[in-house]
Amino acid sequence: MTSVTTTRPVAPAPPARPARARLPSVLRHSATLAWRGVLKTIGSTEALLDVTLQPVIFLLLFVYVFGGAIAGDTTTYLQYALPGVLVQTVVFASAGTGTGLADDLKSGIFDRFRSLPISRTAPLLGAIGADLVRYLTSGVIMLAFGFLLGFRTSAGVLAVLAALGLVTVFAFALCWVFTALAMVVREPRSVQGLGALIMLPLTFGSNVFVPTATLPGWLQGFVSVNPVSKVADAVRGLLTGGPVAVPVLATLVAVVVLVGVFGPLAVALYRRRT
Amino acid sequence: MLRHMDDAIQVEGLAKSYGTTPALRHVDLAVRHGTVLGLLGPNGSGKTTTVRVLATLLRPDAGRVRVLGHDVVAEPAAVRARIGLTGQFAAVDDALSGTDNLVLVARLLDLPRRAARARAAELVERFGLADAAGRRVRTYSGGMRRRLDLAVSLVGRPDVLFLDEPTTGLDPRHRSEVWDEVRALAAEGTTVLLTTQYLEEAEQLADDLVVLDHGRVIAAGTPAALKAEVGGQRLHVRPLHRADLPAVGAVVAALLPDAFAAVDAVGELTVPAADPAVLVRVAERLAAAGLPVAELGLRLPSLDDVFLTLTGRPAEPPAPEEAA
Repeated sequence: MTSVTTTRPVAPAPPARPARARLPSVLRHSATLAWRGVLKTIGSTEALLDVTLQPVIFLLLFVYVFGGAIAGDTTTYLQYALPGVLVQTVVFASAGTGTGLADDLKSGIFDRFRSLPISRTAPLLGAIGADLVRYLTSGVIMLAFGFLLGFRTSAGVLAVLAALGLVTVFAFALCWVFTALAMVVREPRSVQGLGALIMLPLTFGSNVFVPTATLPGWLQGFVSVNPVSKVADAVRGLLTGGPVAVPVLATLVAVVVLVGVFGPLAVALYRRRT
Repeated sequence: MLRHMDDAIQVEGLAKSYGTTPALRHVDLAVRHGTVLGLLGPNGSGKTTTVRVLATLLRPDAGRVRVLGHDVVAEPAAVRARIGLTGQFAAVDDALSGTDNLVLVARLLDLPRRAARARAAELVERFGLADAAGRRVRTYSGGMRRRLDLAVSLVGRPDVLFLDEPTTGLDPRHRSEVWDEVRALAAEGTTVLLTTQYLEEAEQLADDLVVLDHGRVIAAGTPAALKAEVGGQRLHVRPLHRADLPAVGAVVAALLPDAFAAVDAVGELTVPAADPAVLVRVAERLAAAGLPVAELGLRLPSLDDVFLTLTGRPAEPPAPEEAA
């Protein structure tokens, strides 16, 4: 306040030379950009409501609208549906990654990042890093609200943490699909629209809301290969008992395939685009 | 234009196409250290493409482009470490506060946390944004956003600053605020390359001008030299009644048979007139012919005249507050 600097210092600002060892610059810059992504979510009311309120609304709607019809009573249905709705929440959150990236590319903010002496991939890694925080936050809110509504788990803290970790890893794998989509489609609104077209069959065409056995045969085929069903099975197993090893393994296979195919594709498209 | 090894920016034979559409066909330009170069041209002439190549955002198809002695293709990191870029559409983060936008870039430039905060505070103060610094950029006016955008591009104390249409869409008051900042930066020794559609802006700020059209340099030099190149004085006549324009044109053509006359949108006829004595003769003939005039005089060419002569069409009129 007292001295307004309007003249240039004689010597140019020395680049920071930290005394202690630091992370490689690409990780450090990605972390800084992830911090920006988190601030962006907090700073945007819609984004913040998306993360916090959407899980709550999902759970209330599905449990109290469909619960009685599907399972006879809402308490029983909460036990069945919560693990699946947890998966659905993070899948929806991962689609937001595509919209956010398309937005940033369009706004010109990535041009600014790219005019800085940082790694070209840092903006992409930063955006995805911030989104991991977003997925995890949504997941925690969903679980906490579920417990509030009366969801009871037989499992310990470790199993709950494992379930959260698993859905976050799955969302991370899926976000590469939406990232690739954002690089091809470009227009944020179109990315959102097409993202919904991918998400809706993935989440509703699964065993998240109803047991597979109640579905017509042709649909059972899709539901049983849908990776979302595998993740929902794994989370159910971890939280409410049932087989764990096979669905967890199936989830991890899906994660490896998604990251293996869409990761390099998304990065290549991103590099071509920027 | 003279080229020196120590020019801050050297561009030779730059070409760039988007698919099969050529954006830049052949561009040569040089910017001396500590000067302001104005890159002028209509929309689609290649101004933004030139800036994007210089700022390492686009790879050129051909040509040699050096910024502060570093090749933009071979040593992009060295270039990025010393440049600042303010885009045509203010690239600041709407959902972040002004301070956070500045701190973000400072941290990406490897300033330690405390130094980053100090630099942000300093710039916020300098750009008159102290009161708004903690608010989200979404709540800023267009002028505040531009000032923040400019501030963000200065975080790393760049030696070379690229300003791509820095005042497009700003009202006159905010435009002159940005101009003051650019002048101050140039006075401190920063080399500035600015693109603009506004001839007045170029005239106000630039030491040298380069005029682009269809991806080629069609003129280069100081504003004074360009005006001299286009010719000396011009005769301007605006008849009181627009219907008299053809008759007035005939009177002028009779006296200046070799000169090319241009007519602008308000019905003013402009024609190069080397001999000042022609003014009196035109006045006499018009009076004799009973053609009343609203304006008649001799003027030195404006940059608008330069542009008109060079490209055969007028520069785009300024349209403040229209652009996004």
